[in-house]
Amino acid sequence: MSDLWRLTGHEAHEGLRRREFTAVELTESVLTRVLEVEPQVHAYITVTADVALEQAREADAKYASGTATPLAGIPVAVKDLIVTKGVRTTAGSRILENFVPPYDSHVYEQLRRAGAVMVGKANMDEFAMGSSTEHSAFGPTSNPWDISLVPGGSSGGSAAAVAAGEALVALGSDTGGSIRQPAAFCGVVGLDPTYGRVSRFGIVAFGSSLDQVGPIGRDVEDVAVMLDCIAGHDPRDATSNPEPKPDFRNYLARGIEGMRIGVPKEYFVEGMEPGVRARIDESLRILEQDLGCTVDRELSLPSTEHALAVYYIIAPSEASANLARYDGVKYGFSDRTGNSMWQNMEDTRQGGFGVEVKRRIMLGTYALSAGYYDAYYVKAQKVRTLINREFQAAFERYDLIVTPTAPTVAFPIGAKLDDPYAMYLNDIYTIPASVAGLPAISVPCGESEGLPVGVQFIGNFWQEGKLLQAAYAFETAVGWANRVAEVGGSG
Amino acid sequence: MTSTVAIDFETVIGLEVHVQLMTKSKMFCGCSTEYSGAEPNTHVCPVCMGMPGVLPVINERAIEYISMTGLALNCEIAGFSKFDRKNYPYPDLMKGYQISQYDLPICQNGWLDIQVPGEEPRRIGITRVHMEEDTARLLHRVDASTGEGYSLIDVNRSGTPLMEIVSEPDMRTPAEAREYLVRLRQILRYIGVSDANMEEGNFRCDANVSLRPFGADAFGTKVEVKNMNSFRAVHDALVFEQARQAEVLRSGGTIPQETRGWVDERSVTVSQRSKEEAHDYRYFPEPDLPPLRLSRDWVARVGAKLPELPAKRKERLLALGLSEDEAVTLTESRERAEYYDATHAALGDTPRAAKLAANWVLSEALRWSNVNAKDLDALPIGPGQLAELILMVEGKAITSQVAKDVFEAMAASGKGAQEIVDEQGLGAISGADELTGIVRRVIASNEKAVADYRAGKEASLKFLLGQVMRETKGRATPQVAQELIATELAE
Repeated sequence: MSDLWRLTGHEAHEGLRRREFTAVELTESVLTRVLEVEPQVHAYITVTADVALEQAREADAKYASGTATPLAGIPVAVKDLIVTKGVRTTAGSRILENFVPPYDSHVYEQLRRAGAVMVGKANMDEFAMGSSTEHSAFGPTSNPWDISLVPGGSSGGSAAAVAAGEALVALGSDTGGSIRQPAAFCGVVGLDPTYGRVSRFGIVAFGSSLDQVGPIGRDVEDVAVMLDCIAGHDPRDATSNPEPKPDFRNYLARGIEGMRIGVPKEYFVEGMEPGVRARIDESLRILEQDLGCTVDRELSLPSTEHALAVYYIIAPSEASANLARYDGVKYGFSDRTGNSMWQNMEDTRQGGFGVEVKRRIMLGTYALSAGYYDAYYVKAQKVRTLINREFQAAFERYDLIVTPTAPTVAFPIGAKLDDPYAMYLNDIYTIPASVAGLPAISVPCGESEGLPVGVQFIGNFWQEGKLLQAAYAFETAVGWANRVAEVGGSG
Repeated sequence: MTSTVAIDFETVIGLEVHVQLMTKSKMFCGCSTEYSGAEPNTHVCPVCMGMPGVLPVINERAIEYISMTGLALNCEIAGFSKFDRKNYPYPDLMKGYQISQYDLPICQNGWLDIQVPGEEPRRIGITRVHMEEDTARLLHRVDASTGEGYSLIDVNRSGTPLMEIVSEPDMRTPAEAREYLVRLRQILRYIGVSDANMEEGNFRCDANVSLRPFGADAFGTKVEVKNMNSFRAVHDALVFEQARQAEVLRSGGTIPQETRGWVDERSVTVSQRSKEEAHDYRYFPEPDLPPLRLSRDWVARVGAKLPELPAKRKERLLALGLSEDEAVTLTESRERAEYYDATHAALGDTPRAAKLAANWVLSEALRWSNVNAKDLDALPIGPGQLAELILMVEGKAITSQVAKDVFEAMAASGKGAQEIVDEQGLGAISGADELTGIVRRVIASNEKAVADYRAGKEASLKFLLGQVMRETKGRATPQVAQELIATELAE
C-alpha cells in the first residue's frame, strides 16, 4: 500500500471504489512521497497537508455513501496562480508572498465539488512568465528525471509533481506553452484547452487573451477526466464558452483510423535537436503505419514564424495592465520605507517583482505607448488574425496538426537564464496554437538522451475530444505512458 | 468683467459630464450600488476590489440605460462597440486601469436643444456617450497627534457604472453651459437612469474652454477646468476663465494647454497639470470582455421604454393653448408633467380642462411641492382627486375660496374632496332663501357702508360682500350674494 502514489488517477479511483484502500491512505502515501522527494524536486511553493487530509476524509465519506465521482479522493497539485480561498496564492511572486485570497477560482470550486484532494500549490515561473520555472521567487523546481535539469515552465511545478509522484494529476495554466512544454520535459501528458473552454475566473492573469487552465496527468485518460471536471460555462468569465461541453472521456477509445494529420514543414527547419527530430519522425510513422492515419508533411503555415513576435507583443502588453494592481496598497508585499506614496509604490514594485516580470512589463508598456501602439500592438493583432486564418485553412484539409512540443529536451538549470531570447525560442512550437486560441496536447513519444520527448497535437476550436481521441490511441501505440520518475531516493 | 471680453473674443465651451447610473448592482460585479451612507468598504467584493484573478462581467441594465440616454440625446447607437483599458496609476483605481471605451463608444453623433431665457434656441452637438466604471473614494486625513497626513480608501464606489457624455465645443457663453447642464440633467431624470445630483457627486462636469477672436475659424488653445461641484460653480468658473484668458491674450500672452481646478472658496481657477505632465493612458481593447453587439431589435425595445421627453411634452402643452411659461414649468420634471397630464385627462379633453388643470397644478399643487420639497408623485391628492375638487368648483358645489381650504385638508388627510366638504359642511350657499337673512343682517349692522353706497360709492358693495363671505366662512356663492345685496339696498 505504501506506493499508492504510483497509481494514475483513474486507477486510484477504481481502487477507492472497490475499497481496496481509502482516500486518506492514498493521500498519506502521496504526502510521504512529497516529504521524500520534495527537497530535490521542489515542485511546491506550499504543501497543504492539512487541507489534503481533510478533503481525503470528505472523499472517503463520498465513497462510503456511493456518491463519489472519478476525481473524488484523487491527490492534485494546483498551480499557484489558481486562487484558493484561505490558502496562500503567490503566482510565484514575492509581491504576493503573503496573499491569502478571500475567494475561490472556478476551477478550484470544480475540483472541490468533485471531491479532489489538493496536495499543494505548485511552483511556477513568476506570474507564469518563463519556460523553466527558474523565474520563481521561491526558487527553481528540478526535473524529476534529472534534478540538474529544468522541468520546463511555467507550470514546471505541476508537471514535476505529477512526474515524481507528488500528485497523481495537476492543474497548470498555459499562455504560450506553459502546460505543454513542461509536460514534454517531464514525460507527462498536458492539455491546453481551447481559449474559453475553461473559466479564467480566479486565475491570476498574465496574458488575458491567451491564458487558459488545463490538466496534466501521467496518461491521457487522467487528462480527459480532469478536463471533464474543469471545463464548461462560467457566467463569471465573459470569454467562457456558453455551449454545453461534451463528455470528453467518451472520445478515448474510438480509434483514429483515417484521421488526416498535417505536419507543418516550417517547423522542421532549424533549432530542433536531432534526438527530438528522430522521435517525431517515429511518431509520424506510428500514426501512419500503426494507427492508419494519413500524414501529410507538406502542410505550410508561413505566418506562424511570426507567432513568437506576435506573442511577445500581445502577452506583455496585457501583462503590463494586469500587473498594475500590484502596488503594495491593498494586499501582498508592501515596501513602506519611502517618504511618499509614489516612492513606496515604486519600491514595492522594484523589490516585489523579479527580473523577467519587470522585463515584460517594460516590453508591454513600450508596445502600448503613444506613437508605438500602431506599429506594435495593432500590427501584432493583425498578424494574429492571419495566423488564425492559416490554421482555419489547414483544418479544412486536416483533422489535426502534429508538431514537436519543444525543439529540445529538458536543459540544465541556469543554461538559458542569461539569454531571454534563447529561453523564448523554446516555446516556438507551442506559441502558434496559443496565439490562435486553439486546443493542443503534448503526449510523451519516447526519449532522447534518456530524457522524455513530447509530441504536440493541435486541433481546431472546441475539438479537445478529437485531440484526446488521437492522443489516447497514440499513447497506447507508443507504450511510454504512465511512468513515474524515481528521483534517486525511492527505487 | 464679461462685457469687456465680448468685445474682442468669442468663448468656446465643450462639456464632459460623468453620470452615475441608477442600476441596482455595479458595472462589472454583483455588488449593490446602494452604498450612500453605508460604512466604508461594506459594498465590495473581490471583483470591484481588483483582487488577483478576478474578471469583469457587463451589467446589461447599464447598457440599457446608456442606450436610452443615447436615444434621448438623438445619438446613433452602435451595433458593435467594445471596452478598452485605460491605464494610469492611482490608489483609487483598484486594478491600476479603468475599464472604459476608447474608439468605439456605444452612442455617437447626437444633439441637445437648449434655450437660454430671452435668447435664440441653440442646438448643442453630442460627440459621444460611453460607458466606464467609477473609482474608489479617497479620504484624506491628518493624524491629530503627529500632524502627518494620510489617506484612507473607501472601495464602495469602485465599479459603479459611470456614463461619460461629451459635447461638441458648441457653447459660447457660461449661461449656455449652465442651460445645457440643466436640460441634460432634466432628460437623465426623465428617463430615470440617474439621480443626476451634482452636489452628491453622481453628476460631475469638466469643462473645456478656449477663446478665439470673433470671426476666426480655428479654435484657441483649450484649458480643461475641473473641481466644479454645482451648476453655479460651473457658471462662475467659466466666467472667471474667459476673463482670465482674455486678459492673458490681450496683454500679448499665450494660453498654455493645461488642466486647471476651480477653487470655490476663492472663486478662481488654479493650474493643476500641464500638457507635458498629461498621462499616456495606453488604451487597448479589454481582453476580458468580448465586443458588445447590440441588435436593432434590442435597441428598438429599449427605445420603446423611453417616456415622452421634456421638449416634446412642452410642444404638446403649447398646442393645448398653454403659455410658454406654463408649459416650461409644468414639464420641469417627469413627475410634475405626468401629474398634470393625468389631471387634465380626468377633467376631459377640452381646452378649458387644459387651462383649469394648469391653473391648479401651477398654484395649489406646486405650492405643496415647494413647501414639502417633494415632487408631485408624492402629493397625497391623486390627479383624479384633484380633478374631482376642480369639478366641484366648476359645478359651483363649493366656492373657489373654500376649495383652497379643501385642497389643504385633502393633502393633510388623504381624504377625497366630497368627504371633506360633507364632514365640515363646506358646500356652497347659493339659495336666496338661505342667504337673504345673512345679507339683511350685514346691511343692518353696517350703516356707514350702506350710507356710502347710497351716496354713490360702488366700492362699498364689495365691502358688504366681503362681510357676507366672512359670515359664511367663504361658502356663499359670490355672484348670488352680490345680487342679493344690490337688490336689498335698492329697496
